[in-house]
Amino acid sequence: MPDLIAKSPLAGIAPLTRGGTTLAEGQAGAITSIAPYPGRTPQVGALLAPLGLSFPEPNRVVSQGAARILWAGREMAFLIGAEAPAALADHAAMTDQSDGWALLTLAGPMAEAALMRPVPLDLRLSAFPVGRTTRAPLNHMQAILTRTGAQEFEVMVFRSMARTAWAELAEALEVLEARAKAS
Amino acid sequence: MRLTCPLCGERDRREFYYYGSEDYLNRPAPEAPPQAWDDYLHNRDNPAGVVRDLWYHDMGCSSWLVVTRNTVTHEILAVEAVADRKGGAA
Amino acid sequence: MRLAGKGLIDRSQPVTFTFDGTTYQGFRGDTLASALLANDVRLVGRSFKYHRPRGILTAGSEEPNAMVEIVEGNQQTPNVRATVQEVFDGLAARSQNRFPSLKFDLLGINDRLSPFLSAGFYYKTFMWPRPLWEKLYEPLIRRAAGLGSLSGRHDEAQYEKAWAFCDVLVIGSGPAGLLAAWTAAQAGADVILAEEEARMGGRLVSDNIRVDGQPGADWVEGLLADLKAMPNVRLMTRTTVTGAYDDGTFGALERVGLHRAPAPHLPRECFWRIVAGQSVLAAGALERPIAFPDNDRPGIMLASALRTYLHRYGVVPGKRVALIANNDAARATARDLMAAGVKVVAILDTRPDASVVEDCPVYVNAQITGTAGRLGLTSVTFRHAGGTATLEVDTLAVSGGWNPTVHLTCHMNGRPLWREDIAAFVPAPDAVPRLTPAGACNGTFSTAGSFREGQEAAQKALAALGKVAPDMPLPQAEDAPYAITPFWETPGVEGRQWLDFANDVTTKDVKLSAQENFRSVEHMKRYTTQGMAPDQGKNSNVAALAVLADATGRGIPQTGTTTFRPPYVPTSIAAMGAGGRGAGFAPQRFLTSDQASRDRGAPMIEAGLWYRPSYFPKPGETTWLEACNRETRMVRDSVGVADVSTLGKIDLQGKDAARFLDLVYTNTFSTLPVGRVRYGLMLREDGHVLDDGTSARLGEHHFLMTTTTAAAGLVMRHLDFVHQAFCAGWDVRFTSVTEAWAQFAVAGPKARDLLATLLGDMPDLPFMGVADVTLGRVKARLFRISFSGEQGYEIAVPTRYGEALFRDLVARAETMGGGPYGMEALNVLRIEKGFITHAEIHGRTTAFDIGMEKMVSAKKDCIGKAAAARPGMLGPERDQLVGLKATAAMGAGAHLFTPGDRVHRETDQGYVTSVCYSPTFDAHLALAFLRNGRARHGEKIRVVDHLRKIDIVAEVTDPVFHDKEGVKLRA
Repeated sequence: MPDLIAKSPLAGIAPLTRGGTTLAEGQAGAITSIAPYPGRTPQVGALLAPLGLSFPEPNRVVSQGAARILWAGREMAFLIGAEAPAALADHAAMTDQSDGWALLTLAGPMAEAALMRPVPLDLRLSAFPVGRTTRAPLNHMQAILTRTGAQEFEVMVFRSMARTAWAELAEALEVLEARAKAS
Repeated sequence: MRLTCPLCGERDRREFYYYGSEDYLNRPAPEAPPQAWDDYLHNRDNPAGVVRDLWYHDMGCSSWLVVTRNTVTHEILAVEAVADRKGGAA
Repeated sequence: MRLAGKGLIDRSQPVTFTFDGTTYQGFRGDTLASALLANDVRLVGRSFKYHRPRGILTAGSEEPNAMVEIVEGNQQTPNVRATVQEVFDGLAARSQNRFPSLKFDLLGINDRLSPFLSAGFYYKTFMWPRPLWEKLYEPLIRRAAGLGSLSGRHDEAQYEKAWAFCDVLVIGSGPAGLLAAWTAAQAGADVILAEEEARMGGRLVSDNIRVDGQPGADWVEGLLADLKAMPNVRLMTRTTVTGAYDDGTFGALERVGLHRAPAPHLPRECFWRIVAGQSVLAAGALERPIAFPDNDRPGIMLASALRTYLHRYGVVPGKRVALIANNDAARATARDLMAAGVKVVAILDTRPDASVVEDCPVYVNAQITGTAGRLGLTSVTFRHAGGTATLEVDTLAVSGGWNPTVHLTCHMNGRPLWREDIAAFVPAPDAVPRLTPAGACNGTFSTAGSFREGQEAAQKALAALGKVAPDMPLPQAEDAPYAITPFWETPGVEGRQWLDFANDVTTKDVKLSAQENFRSVEHMKRYTTQGMAPDQGKNSNVAALAVLADATGRGIPQTGTTTFRPPYVPTSIAAMGAGGRGAGFAPQRFLTSDQASRDRGAPMIEAGLWYRPSYFPKPGETTWLEACNRETRMVRDSVGVADVSTLGKIDLQGKDAARFLDLVYTNTFSTLPVGRVRYGLMLREDGHVLDDGTSARLGEHHFLMTTTTAAAGLVMRHLDFVHQAFCAGWDVRFTSVTEAWAQFAVAGPKARDLLATLLGDMPDLPFMGVADVTLGRVKARLFRISFSGEQGYEIAVPTRYGEALFRDLVARAETMGGGPYGMEALNVLRIEKGFITHAEIHGRTTAFDIGMEKMVSAKKDCIGKAAAARPGMLGPERDQLVGLKATAAMGAGAHLFTPGDRVHRETDQGYVTSVCYSPTFDAHLALAFLRNGRARHGEKIRVVDHLRKIDIVAEVTDPVFHDKEGVKLRA
């Protein structure tokens, strides 16, 4: 019986800092998709309540300590950093998505501008405040984007595309730093 | 062109996949005559003016949408989720 | 010549640049045009068609003459307007369209031949004999025509694309734009102010205008300092808004690095997509020339351009200047030049009733009848109310009035309206939703009027946004009325009068067009090429259609304009495609086994977005085929390992999950026992095959569907549609788990033995069974399925363990005489077994065609069932899946013919979809679609591919070559 070694999507890539803004691989921990069956959202919410969570409205994140649940598309949310209550299975489809996604973090004064290169969204703080999440394209990749601070974001992409996502965001930071130096 | 997804909000056109007329929602009964199926699958009006088309929020929430828009003025008149329309649930 | 103490350039920062190899000095803040004029360089290019010597006409992005090549490393950028390019240390520019030199150009002969080269010349002359067009005429014409040239190398430079959002976008920073931005910013709106030039201010920094008692440039500086301090204001200089699109979206091109020496990662240009709630167009106006004989000589410039060079750059292009104009406003040029100490020889006013009160001679009812000077203007001959005269001048300022910059208002089908009082087109009301034109682009030319309209436009925008506009007094500035009498061309004189300088179109060409019945303005444009040069007719459109109107006896409003389309300025494709080169073209998807495969020297091939190993070469193997043959035999004889994680995996749950599968698959899944896997066929609603794959029942209400790699996204979209459109209320939910699992095929007679060493307690799985297993602490799933025709399993683990498991499986296989196999062997194995891929289910084949019509359940409805039963969808006239066996290679795409038939589309019997050399059978095998093929097993068929020079005879067989009874699968 082999002892299989686990590897993260970007396998320990070193963080990249440009213009005071840092791109790094994050660790989401356990991710469980929760998709309530028709009409069962109240029951799902009730079962999440002991965790201090509720089923999120579209584009919203509900957090409680290390646990949070973020809206992840039509009739689906991702529970992150907490074990899903087993009783949920009566009311919702659940899948283990822990290995399906790569998590990248972007923090610093250029984070917003860097994302508004590959992401065609209004990410100004007024339009996309802390606690907001969204499904959006990162160039040609489907992504989940969450604002975790005034200058902090999390970007989730399919695991196999982690290197491309990293390259896109690293490129945006390089360009922004070069622009800042030139002006 | 920008579409307002009922779930995600206002988004650029590039996030959406265009399918075709909302006629695709009116699936004939299995035993309907071939003409009904041909009409359902292939025969379409092509009006200059208001159309109702199916779009898929491919890069967003995965909702199928009925978009009402004017092909002459480019106005978007309404965007509704296919699943939420009356009679959507079978 | 540079004037002391004048201009807004930074004299503390001199810069050195070259033009045609000669070194010159300029200052930071200079354009190439202003710096060349400061160095008394007037000749900067040759014209497109006649190779006429040309100078600088304008001071803006509309420049039709002064186009140069910028050389940077191994790159050269053609057709750069010298009036836009800023100088910096090391800038290297050269003139275009001349050989051997700018001053002596061999193709200048074209100018002498001009009587033969009028509009339509090529169409008429080079038509016959027809074969000569491609071989002789076109290459000759191509060599002679054109302006700049490319380096022929890849453009490796950095470009950028970005998005921006705002409440109010203000386009242009002249008086109207500044007031609009200021008003909107004061109200708290998020404002983007985009200015094409390096300096904000428009005519306020190019003219001698006083605002609130201050020089215009000082007033602008003060306001900009206030705007810069506001967090809700973004000032974008060197940014041209290029297009207006639906729903408040604009395109804009920013020159990021073109005005400085290249630096790492610094983009040359950025293409912006700006989404604005409201917008104010304050794009100003463009002065237009007047047509008179030889009006294209270097030294003949727009009157406003002379003022710009004087006030902004401290440059005058000559020592003796004359002015010709049809309006009052242009006289400011004469006054400003005289105030700067430049000799103004005369003002020629085309109007009979114009004022003669100036500090220099004024001739009314004046018309220029000729000019002289081969490489630059030396004199102007004119007639006037009192006779004719010749003026010795080196510079002539021209003003035919102003054209409001209405372009963006036309991008969404708006047609501009003719205003007789200003002899110009103005924007139609509400031509672009949520956009308000203000100031000169709206036909309001005075500074005070522009301030007023800018403020009003902002107030309108703010009201629409639900914001309250602050009550602010307007700045005080001149409010002179604009008086003009149209004068387009000079009547009754000899010689060519240029309209479109960039494309060498004269008034005569336009008249010829009308004479030959190309009377519509759109036809005239195409016949003469007027308006088709890089300036897109900015300098010539209105004059050309005035000439056309006159020639056809119609008015200007009836003649109408051609359509202005985006982009407003020449926009490099590289900017619009920024980031899309090389790896940026599409996302790259990597398998967990990627590094392990590369470590073994496997060449990777693209399969969709995925990178998959083609084969795993061994020492001594010199061709891919050797490796492929070895890997194929290895799977048939012992055991092989392949990464199959690319297959789509969709997890379905809910009480109605089985019912849902019954709806989307042709066959029945509700009867599938838990722990078993079934092959399923999915149709499009039109009856053609969409995809195939296996689905496993993991629990009573839990299924795992697999899709092909190619169609994973397509199937998800299809399932979403069926679910949301037809059964949104069902208790079923599904989501992709493709990326959550790494999955490996273990195939071959020793597959079970291998897995037994891995798992210890190997479950006794029947063929098409599935079970949960564990690998130590790691949960895993084991499927007994085969895509090779051998005893086969697939084992899936959470993706994080994928690489470790792949390395482990390969190591175990190698101890048993096996190893990894790649896509090439995988393909051979499945062809030998007659398994289909999207080469066969390519969108035009039915279940009947692939021999699976029995899989369409008669007991239930499914998507595509009704349409698949339509006439023509099944029967002997269909091309049906067959195998082909031959002793020579066949090619996918080859067509099939009955031996003896003529090879012709009418005798076509079908086509080949997949081919391989089979080491198992030592034969060339193919899958193909053959007319009524299932009834033709055993026949000979001719396989023809003209492109690959294939013409052989093959035997038609059953598509399953290997183990028809499936004994090995179940072993």
